Amino acid sequence: MSEPTLECRGLTKYFGTNPALHNLNISLPAGKIIGLLGPNGSGKTTLIKLACGLLTPSEGEVRVCGYAPGVESKALVSYLPERTYLPDWMTVMECIRYFQDFYADFDYERAVSMLQSLQVPANAVMKTLSKGTKEKVQLVLVMSRRARLYLLDEPIGGVDPAARDYILGTILKNYSEESTVLISTHLIADVEKVLDEFIFIQNGQLVSYASTDSLREDLGKSIDQYFREVFRC
Amino acid sequence: MAWQFSNDKPIYVQVSDQIVSGILTGTFKMGEKLPSVREFAVIAAVNPNTVQKALSELESVGLIETQRNTGKYVTQEGSIIETARTKRGELLATEFLKNMAALGYTGQQTIRLIEAACKEGGDGHERADA
Repeated sequence: MSEPTLECRGLTKYFGTNPALHNLNISLPAGKIIGLLGPNGSGKTTLIKLACGLLTPSEGEVRVCGYAPGVESKALVSYLPERTYLPDWMTVMECIRYFQDFYADFDYERAVSMLQSLQVPANAVMKTLSKGTKEKVQLVLVMSRRARLYLLDEPIGGVDPAARDYILGTILKNYSEESTVLISTHLIADVEKVLDEFIFIQNGQLVSYASTDSLREDLGKSIDQYFREVFRC
Repeated sequence: MAWQFSNDKPIYVQVSDQIVSGILTGTFKMGEKLPSVREFAVIAAVNPNTVQKALSELESVGLIETQRNTGKYVTQEGSIIETARTKRGELLATEFLKNMAALGYTGQQTIRLIEAACKEGGDGHERADA
């Protein structure tokens, strides 16, 4: 077995006295597309932010390809945040060049061709774009890197169904055996057929981590159905 | 357009079923080169590993063959395709009978209905505008 792409050991994060993640142990292999699923406030974003090094664990540790969050891990992780952070005075092309400067693994050609497919006006100032279009720009930037680990926090929530299909297609097209894609989302039915595996978390704890096929083989259920059962309100 | 999948069966089984349908209906012809795993993944909008698994299933029954370095091809053995056709036909017939039985039809009644439908539809050929 080669080194896991993402590994969490006893990972715990408190906000005040409130545990957002509690003693999470999980190890994700390379070459998989994995869904990170759970109800609101279950710790999905916290887990992703810990893996990016945007938060520091209260206890336990997280490693990306063997590295603790830091300069080495950040070169390997491509992160799509839930909210875009791009400066609103920049144009789309300036953002592209900004990313190109930052990341050695950035593929400029790929970014430009994705912008064209999504019909994003390349010379527009970010401020003038709609919310959905801004999200498309952010996604283009993130998916244009040739990273080992893609952490996508709600990548399809804010865009229209056609763009959603294109984005999932992009994830499939860029798939490589070396890289792992972790997608957090509520839109399970939309992403389910592209997933190899899924992780359910609730109240900061792991509920299950299984392969999509085994769920259907063993229980005859889709992830969407299973989710509704496990997390019935 | 992305392929449609139901919830009850693993997706790789459904992908392999759809590829078999493609072979039986002539979308993928005998001896023809198939799309690559990645191309299939994008066409069907499913995970590449799922496609890989579906293709290995078809390879194990001989419906498709891997030629070194050039990709996967539909078999040139007519008999293998005919076996698959028979199997698929039997499956559809059984399923149809089960559905009819659920509606309260006996086997004989079902056969009479089929015969009547064949006459009306010009012996099994669907009307083009139907």
